[in-house]
Amino acid sequence: MTGAAQGPGSWTYGLTIETQGLTKRFGQQLAVDGLDLAVPRGTIFGFLGPNGSGKTTTIRMLLGLAAASAGSVRLLGMEMPGRFQDVLPQVGALVEGPAFYPFLSGTANLHRLDAATRHTAPATRKARVNQALERVGLGHAAGKRVHAYSLGMKQRLGIANALLSPRELLVLDEPTNGLDPQGTREVRNLVRSLAADGTTVFVSSHLLAEVEQICTHAAVMSAGRLVAQGPLPELRRSGTVRIRLLTPDAGAAMAVLASLGVAPEEAAAQQDGQVVTAALDAPAQGTSPGSNLSPGSTAPEDIVARLVEAGVRVRGFAVERESLEDRFVALTGEGFDVAQ
Amino acid sequence: MAAPRRSGLSLLRSELRVLFGRRRTWALLLALAAIPVLIAVAVRISSAVPAGRGPAFLDRITQNGLFVAFTAMLVSVPLFLPLTVGVVAGDTIAGEASLGTLRYLLVAPTGRVRLLLVKYAAALAFCLAAPLTVGLAGAAIGAALFPVGPVTLLSGDVIEPPEAAVRILLIAAYLAVSLAGLSAVGLFLSTLTVVPVGAMAATVVVSVVSQVLDQLPQLEWLHPWLFSHYWLGFGDLLRQPVLWDSFVDNAWLQAGYVAVFGALAYGRFVTKDVLS
Repeated sequence: MTGAAQGPGSWTYGLTIETQGLTKRFGQQLAVDGLDLAVPRGTIFGFLGPNGSGKTTTIRMLLGLAAASAGSVRLLGMEMPGRFQDVLPQVGALVEGPAFYPFLSGTANLHRLDAATRHTAPATRKARVNQALERVGLGHAAGKRVHAYSLGMKQRLGIANALLSPRELLVLDEPTNGLDPQGTREVRNLVRSLAADGTTVFVSSHLLAEVEQICTHAAVMSAGRLVAQGPLPELRRSGTVRIRLLTPDAGAAMAVLASLGVAPEEAAAQQDGQVVTAALDAPAQGTSPGSNLSPGSTAPEDIVARLVEAGVRVRGFAVERESLEDRFVALTGEGFDVAQ
Repeated sequence: MAAPRRSGLSLLRSELRVLFGRRRTWALLLALAAIPVLIAVAVRISSAVPAGRGPAFLDRITQNGLFVAFTAMLVSVPLFLPLTVGVVAGDTIAGEASLGTLRYLLVAPTGRVRLLLVKYAAALAFCLAAPLTVGLAGAAIGAALFPVGPVTLLSGDVIEPPEAAVRILLIAAYLAVSLAGLSAVGLFLSTLTVVPVGAMAATVVVSVVSQVLDQLPQLEWLHPWLFSHYWLGFGDLLRQPVLWDSFVDNAWLQAGYVAVFGALAYGRFVTKDVLS
């Protein structure tokens, strides 16, 4: 792949995707509500949200498939959908699952989609199609009709289609849907290698583990609204650190915690006593649980020392950082995979 | 990246390859080819056709096999040709939408107007292929089962078989033009839905309704405006010299339908949210 460094490929822009007040209304229902999305160039951007939160509708508007009811979209620094002829040749997309002609072979499908645009060179079509098929590991099945493909193979073919030309931006809507663990790993590696070449990758997903593993930035949607967006470490940091204490002396423990300025939240009965949990007041830095607590907060080891001093029988003590999942469930108000 | 060659024809080539490469299209054309074969075989195994009974030209087949082509084209006009054209025209946009390939064509990117034009051009290609198939299959089976000789035209003149073959091609062209309006209707209906069968059925229904209205004497004022009005008017091509009046009238009428329904399809498709 050659990077589009010269000519129409070189723009000066900071944000690969930028929307302002992007809104989509279907009748009475607001599917997307005043979205201000900012995807910096060269990032791997996770676009998160429960099913039905408006992710795919947003992607459709980004790509000019659906018209916005209000607001604006800029892709690669250019207005969409007005300048789709300049923008879309630089954008590879997998939108809401792969779709192909079942009666054509994988190769023939890619040839057709490549021939659909006037911006690709017919002379290099064959080589580019073969390269894309090899890249997603479909070389052996290239001649088979898509009718005979498994879901995972179709997904790979969809990704191959997105890779037919050198791209500035890849929009991948649920790219690992239907893939086996091997395929999921390959997609992750593919995304990383593309990003290393300077391609901005916009991945929509409801799989947090996936996003956590590959993304540098993320945005979270809930019920059509953007509830958080930014670099992933920053999103994580805003989560709280909690302690979890197992003791038969719940009453005394709660008194000690209160004296330390740590408000205990609940005491739940368990086999070996009671579990007391509490949030450490100041947000913590860093990424691994228990490390680098911010200076202002009470250190967990001090808490244990004070508890023991007060005669509280400590049978278990844990420091738990809110996971990305907890954070997003807190943001979206519901579990992922829950339609709203 | 090398400067891309801006060929506007690669999508049309691809579209024609997909259309004429798929089994469904071949099944439609085979079904059309079966019409003259059935006629020829039926005439061959029955002893004699009384003059003046059955479709026009039927009684002449035993003397001249080329009349199988004329008979079959005449017979296929009211239903079989509109049916196959309805399938192809109704499938144009709705078929892509139902497969989901429409969104991938549009983000490739293909301009919506360009896609509409290419789809319509491919439907027109089928409009020509369909009557051509009937005519050529008819001439072939007629030549195989019956003697071939000079053809007596409606004007009483006699033309030799090679010129009769040219007339068969002319009639195929006339029918292709006749079906252009219906194809435009189908293209428009196809932009309204993501269910291709719905658009196909609606297109066929429209063609039947138009022909029924054309039969009602009470609606005589309407008749010249019905796209099916000149469908059976290709008899003028079987005169010497050829009378082009109905061909020209038909072409103008069809052009009007193409303009109106083309504009409707454009208006609908360019602003349509592609959500499938």
